[in-house]
Amino acid sequence: MGGPTRILYCHCAYARIIAPEVKSAVLTGLASLNADWDSVPDLCEMSARHEVAGLVSGGAVRIAACYPRVVRSLFQAAGAPLPPEAKILNMRTQTPEQVLQGLLQEDE
Amino acid sequence: MSRLAAPILRVLLYEGPESRPLAAEYRVDLLRTLLERGFPVSCVRSAGQFDALPNSVLLIAGDFEREPPAAGPGVRFQRLSGSDPARTADFADQIRGELALERPGTWKPWFPVIDFARCTNCMQCLSFCLFDVYGVSASGGIEVRNQDNCKTECPACSRVCPEVAIMFPKYRHGPINGEDINTEDVRREGMKVDISALLGGDVYSLLRDRSARAKSRFSKERDDERALKERQNCLVKAGAALGVPAEVLASLPNPEEIRERAEMAQRRARAVLEMNNARFGENSL
Repeated sequence: MGGPTRILYCHCAYARIIAPEVKSAVLTGLASLNADWDSVPDLCEMSARHEVAGLVSGGAVRIAACYPRVVRSLFQAAGAPLPPEAKILNMRTQTPEQVLQGLLQEDE
Repeated sequence: MSRLAAPILRVLLYEGPESRPLAAEYRVDLLRTLLERGFPVSCVRSAGQFDALPNSVLLIAGDFEREPPAAGPGVRFQRLSGSDPARTADFADQIRGELALERPGTWKPWFPVIDFARCTNCMQCLSFCLFDVYGVSASGGIEVRNQDNCKTECPACSRVCPEVAIMFPKYRHGPINGEDINTEDVRREGMKVDISALLGGDVYSLLRDRSARAKSRFSKERDDERALKERQNCLVKAGAALGVPAEVLASLPNPEEIRERAEMAQRRARAVLEMNNARFGENSL
């Protein structure tokens, strides 16, 4: 797959379903990254606006958000289905360490 | 214009060539502040050409070594020199206001998300929803069309879905929140029947009949407060069964309107199913 790995972080800013300490730790980890990456206040909102395609086009995709079933469906609903190999990290259930490790690990 | 079609402001936090890196703590605070105010943020460390994405205006912010270019169509610049992230967010807010862009966070994005790996296009959701959230695509498939019509915190349509295919990402519990579905969840056919039995067959009939009874008492007694209480009481059972918040129940239209909307939604669903059956055969979807 061409292009660098795309990383996308959802802050889920309008609900309290992701622990603030998890979001904070993941955001802090990503902020120290010496690479390009994207963040959105709310992936649901971006999907409803059909504005997610540009965030994941090009290379491999890694997303920190919530349940993979939801994330894949949000992209599909917006007309931009994720490739099967897209990696989705779940900040509702995983620790910040697990999320960051999944986002930042070397390409296999 | 729908709020979902209105342009938004995106922020590009630039730390590439010809700019100085931001202090780590300031960078995190700035990111958090912008995200919590509803602005999408891209962090850029590489050189490149940055264009505004469709339907958005781009604010490029960085500690530039030289004077940034003048604002162009769809692109603004801001030199970051202070240490207060709120000032940058205020500036972004100011641009948003000047350009009359959508104010982020004015809508809590609460709407159904369909898991098409499970959906069978049975149109139960289209038939059930009174608020025109669902629509049908040109190819005859169900789709969520009017997300901002959905009633915040109401997950009722997900409970009538026989395939457990409707998710509300911001709901607290699984499988409605998108959690993997386990064998217990797969007693979904029963779930639907249970609701139906509990409510005596048709949820809208129940709402209609009970509201009518409440209305009748109201007309006899001419007691506004009591009538309101009756209406609320009669909806409690349906609300508890479907997880509909009291505010949504209280805001339901009058019984006549409920009947009309429900019949209209059911007609639409029947028409789509008939069309799909004619196009693809009985069991093709």
